[in-house]
Amino acid sequence: MNSRVFRRAIALVTTLMAGASASLAMAQEAAQATTAEGSPIAAATVEAAAAVPDPGNNAWMMTATVLVLLMILPGLALFYGGLTRSKNMLSTITQVGGAACLAMLIWVMWGYGTAFGPEGNAFFAWGNYFLSAVTPETTAATFSDEVISEYVFVSFQMTFAAITAALVLGATVERLKFSAAMLFTAIWLTIVYFPIAHMVWAGGGLLFEMGALDFAGGTVVHINAGVSALVLAMFLGKRRGYPAEPMPPHSLTLTLVGAGLLWVGWFGFNAGSELEADGIAGLAMINTFVATAAGALAWMLMERFAGHKGSALGFASGLIAGLVAVTPAAGNSGPFGAIVLGIVASVVAYFAVARIKGRLGYDDALDVFGIHGVAGIVGAIGTGIVYSPALGGPGDAAEYAMGSQITTQIVAVAVAVVWAAVGTVIAALLVRLLTGLRVSEEVEREGLDIGEHGERAYN
Amino acid sequence: MKYIIVVIKPFKLDEVREALGSVGVAGMTVSEVKGFGRQKGQTEIYRGAEYSTNMLPKVKLEIAVSDDLAAKVVETIQQTASTEAIGDGKIFVLDLVEATRIRTGETGDTAL
Repeated sequence: MNSRVFRRAIALVTTLMAGASASLAMAQEAAQATTAEGSPIAAATVEAAAAVPDPGNNAWMMTATVLVLLMILPGLALFYGGLTRSKNMLSTITQVGGAACLAMLIWVMWGYGTAFGPEGNAFFAWGNYFLSAVTPETTAATFSDEVISEYVFVSFQMTFAAITAALVLGATVERLKFSAAMLFTAIWLTIVYFPIAHMVWAGGGLLFEMGALDFAGGTVVHINAGVSALVLAMFLGKRRGYPAEPMPPHSLTLTLVGAGLLWVGWFGFNAGSELEADGIAGLAMINTFVATAAGALAWMLMERFAGHKGSALGFASGLIAGLVAVTPAAGNSGPFGAIVLGIVASVVAYFAVARIKGRLGYDDALDVFGIHGVAGIVGAIGTGIVYSPALGGPGDAAEYAMGSQITTQIVAVAVAVVWAAVGTVIAALLVRLLTGLRVSEEVEREGLDIGEHGERAYN
Repeated sequence: MKYIIVVIKPFKLDEVREALGSVGVAGMTVSEVKGFGRQKGQTEIYRGAEYSTNMLPKVKLEIAVSDDLAAKVVETIQQTASTEAIGDGKIFVLDLVEATRIRTGETGDTAL
């Protein structure tokens, strides 16, 4: 059955049933009935039923969704795992995987309802818990007249919640209990992630209505995760021996494998956020190439300017900084704006990680704040600049006012920073009360792999 | 008999082995080792954080030779392993009390 016929079949069924849900058997029957090209009934119903998912868009969005899963397992797991010491490799990848799985389950229980539910105010939504109102026939709006299947949209958004929860834990590896990581994930998603996702992406949300530009989650994912990571890391305290003892990454090879997988997956993240397979998705795609390339090389150049050698870890760090910076701008910038954004974010993140972190003395173990938080803030504010049509961005030349857009971006960043910080303090306090945050000194010295999971990464 | 312990730069191993073969050394034991001398290690930098690693990778050779060959062996190693740069390594010569070939039970020079 070709896709056009299937579309017509669904359209016909939808019309005939007048909004009632149709069974798959009936859809197939209807499809057979309308196989004859140019049937008057089919021709009439195609126009009447605009709100039918285009299979091409659905197919792209399902692909984008699994690409984001690729970012989590194995992408983020290997990226983070390689950066830790070998005695904490398994605990790091288990925390990433565990947090992502828990986020998926919570997402279908109350996450989707809290972020995109049918009822709501500027901060939260509600209703549709346990996906009670979602069926194969229900649809989610995109940015045009097109729609996509709601299950696809629910899954796509689910992967965002999952990776954001896992991202946070990078700052606290090598000392946070597994039970604490799980409990924190559950509470943090509920009081921090879902409300911010609602504020930025849902109709009626505070920042959405304000006109804040966040194409693929610079504010929701990266600033949110970065700030939360910093607060949780400060709450938890430094690793024993930090910064006096050397704690070099145990496998930069795996870190680079992870970084590469993150880049691949990020196309699902950024180009998928258009929710359609159209030209803007193409724009997001090329921006995700060039901003990242620029960020990777810019970090290595910074290392040279600082009198060191250009390093593989610098390459990987700049790559992530470029990806993070282009996330809010993916569909909101021209390719050359994206390149500038990648370079600026990489340079600023370099200073945050190599200079400021050491002076302030917090132990953000894998630089979640230094790279995701800082590059995310640069990207979010910079999006207000590169959106300008004068700089090759897709903004409307007649209406675009850069000053007010930048102000809106800054307000959105500030709201996200404060919400994430306050919410994380509440979540951390609750977790400390219920499970405790840190492993014992003995477990920390021996490594969390044996102490928390009873297995070794390398034998 | 002499027992000669040599620490050299890893990339010099093949050259030294070849030269020793040509002066009549019948066997040697090679290990990959780490250590430091006047070179004092090197600095590694990860995302701007500096770690000084004191230990550098080297290769250690252990060679047992007869007394009359020892001086020639030391001279050969010194000449082939030198790059005239810091970190070329050292040669230690020890008196060797006894040697026994396990397969045959031969002892002394004939066991070497």
